[in-house]
Amino acid sequence: MNIAEKILAAASDRDFVKPGDIVEAKIDMAMVNEITGPLAIQAFKDIGAPKVWDREKIVMVLDHQVPADSVKSAELHRIMRDFAKEQEIPFLYDVGFGGICHQVMVEKGHVRPGELIVGADSHTCTYGALGAFATGIGSTEMAAVFATGKIWLKVPSTIKVNLTGRFKKFVTPKDLILYLIGKIGADGATYKAVEFTGPAVTLMSIGGRMTLCNMTVEMGAKTGIISPDETTFAYVESRTNKSFMVIGSDSDADYERKMEVKIDELEPQIACPHSVDNVKSVKEVEGREVDQAFIGSCTNGRIEDLELAAQFLKGRRIRKGVRLIVIPASQEVYLQALQWGLLETFIQAGAYVCSPTCGPCFGGHMGLLTDGEVCISTSNRNFAGRMGSPKAEIYLASPATVAASAVAGKIVDPRDFLEAKP
Amino acid sequence: MKVSGTATVFGDNVNTDAIIPGKYLTSLDPLELAKHAMEGLDKDFAKRAEKGVIVIAGRNFGCGSSREQAPIALKYAGVKCIIAESFARIFYRNAINIGLPVLECQGISRKVEEGDMIDVDLEKGKVINMSKNQILFGTKLPSFILQILKDGGLIKHLRKRMGRENDV
Repeated sequence: MNIAEKILAAASDRDFVKPGDIVEAKIDMAMVNEITGPLAIQAFKDIGAPKVWDREKIVMVLDHQVPADSVKSAELHRIMRDFAKEQEIPFLYDVGFGGICHQVMVEKGHVRPGELIVGADSHTCTYGALGAFATGIGSTEMAAVFATGKIWLKVPSTIKVNLTGRFKKFVTPKDLILYLIGKIGADGATYKAVEFTGPAVTLMSIGGRMTLCNMTVEMGAKTGIISPDETTFAYVESRTNKSFMVIGSDSDADYERKMEVKIDELEPQIACPHSVDNVKSVKEVEGREVDQAFIGSCTNGRIEDLELAAQFLKGRRIRKGVRLIVIPASQEVYLQALQWGLLETFIQAGAYVCSPTCGPCFGGHMGLLTDGEVCISTSNRNFAGRMGSPKAEIYLASPATVAASAVAGKIVDPRDFLEAKP
Repeated sequence: MKVSGTATVFGDNVNTDAIIPGKYLTSLDPLELAKHAMEGLDKDFAKRAEKGVIVIAGRNFGCGSSREQAPIALKYAGVKCIIAESFARIFYRNAINIGLPVLECQGISRKVEEGDMIDVDLEKGKVINMSKNQILFGTKLPSFILQILKDGGLIKHLRKRMGRENDV
C-alpha cells in the first residue's frame, strides 16, 4: 500500500484497503475557522449531541477576518469563543494568538505523521507535508465529526510525482506546484491523492513541502502527501511531545499514474487569469503592469517566503503606483520577521505590512481589487472575483516573482531582475 | 426520489467564489446567501432560480473552497438538483450533506439547452430531457448517500439514526 492507503487502513482498523473502498475512519484532529465553524456549530446543535466527541482533538482558529472587520464578523468570532468555552475546547487560537489556520495547525504541533485530519477549509491538504492524511470537508460534515469522531471516506487512487534534481536559483516549490497544476489540470486529480517522492523532496524544507501539498486541491485532489523522513521527525519533535506512528509508502505500492519531474529544468511559473491551471512561464507574460502585489496566505506566508521576498526589496522601493501588501502567515512568523529585520525591509521598500490573516486571498478584507485592476499574488486562487471585483485580474506566482514585480511595476522574471542593478 | 425543473446551463469549472463570493460569507442566513447565488457569473440567477431550476454544468462543478455556503445559496435560491459532467469533491459532499441532490452524468452539457424541461430519477440515475425527448443515465448514488438525501441532509439523517427526529 502507499502512505494514503495505509493511513486510511489504520484509521478504519483494517489490515488492507484499496482505491474505491469506502471506509468509516476515526479522526485524529478536526479543525474549523470562523468562516466554516459557526455553521458547523449550528449543525452540531441541531444534531442534539450534548458534548463533542473529544474536546482535545478539535482546533478552532480565527483567521479569515481578523481582527473583526465588521459587526457580522465579530458575531461569528463570538459564536466560536462561546462554543469553545461551553465545550471546554482548549485549542482556540484567538486574535493575536495564532494566525492562518493551516500554519497554526502545523506550528502548534497539532499535525503528526500518520494521522487522519479533517479541516473545514479546502487547504487542509497542506498537512500532508508532515505525512498526515488531511482533507477538507464542509461544515455539516464537521458537525457530524464533532458528534461522532468519525467520517466515511472513499479510499482515493494516488498519483505519484517523483521529483529529482535541484531548483535553479529563485525557482521555488511554488513554481513547481504551479507547473504541475498546469500539466495535470484544475480537475485532473479530482478525488485522488497526490504523493510527492524523490531526492528533491528529501532536500525540501517543511515550508516548501507545505506549499506543494497546499495547492494539490487546486487540481481537485483529496490530499497531497509526503512520506515522513528525518526532516519531518526533527520538525514534529520540535513542536510536540505527542507520540506518532511512522507510516510511509511501500516500495512496491500501487499508483494510478506516475510522473517524473526534473526540477533543475524548471523556470519561474505563473498562473494567469482566471484559472489556476492557466499556467505559463513568467517570461511569457513579462511586462504586464500590476496595480497590487500580495505576499502572504497559507501557500506562501511563511518565514522563508518573506525572507526570499526581502532579498528583492532590500535597499529598493516598489514602483510608484503599485501597492505591495505583506501578511505573515502567523504570529510566530510575524515575530520572526520582526526579529530578522524583514519587516523593516518591507516597510522601507514601501510595503503595507498587516498582521496575520487570510485577508485579501479570499476576498475578505485588507486589500480587495476593483474593476480592471491587476494583482500579482503568492496566494492560491485566481478565479474571477476571488479578491474582490470579478473584473480584476489575478496572477499567481512565487514570493520571488511577486516581490521583483512589485519593484518593477510589471511582471518580471526574478532572476533577470536581480541581475539588472537598480 | 424524483425532481423536475427548468434547466439552466453553465460551463466547466464553476468555482465556489462565483457561486457565493467571499464577501457574503459573514452571513449565516440561507435566504440572504441565496440572493447572491451565482452572482459572480450571472447577476440574474437568483431571480431565475426562484421558480425551481435544475443546474446543468460541465466538468469540475464547485471547485475551490470548502464553503458550505455555496450549495446552501443554490438550494435556497431554488435549485432542485445539479447535474454535471463532474464535481469537485468537497462541493459534492457538502451538497449531499445539506440535502441538495447532485448527479454526475457524462455528456449532459451537450444534451441540454437553457430552458429545457428536465426530470430526474435519482434512484436510477436517470435524466429525461422532456423538451428533447432524450434520456441519459448518470452515476447512481450509493444507497447510503441516497438515504441521506431522502432524509433531507446529514443532520436530519443523524437525528433519525439517533432516534431524535421528533425532538425540537
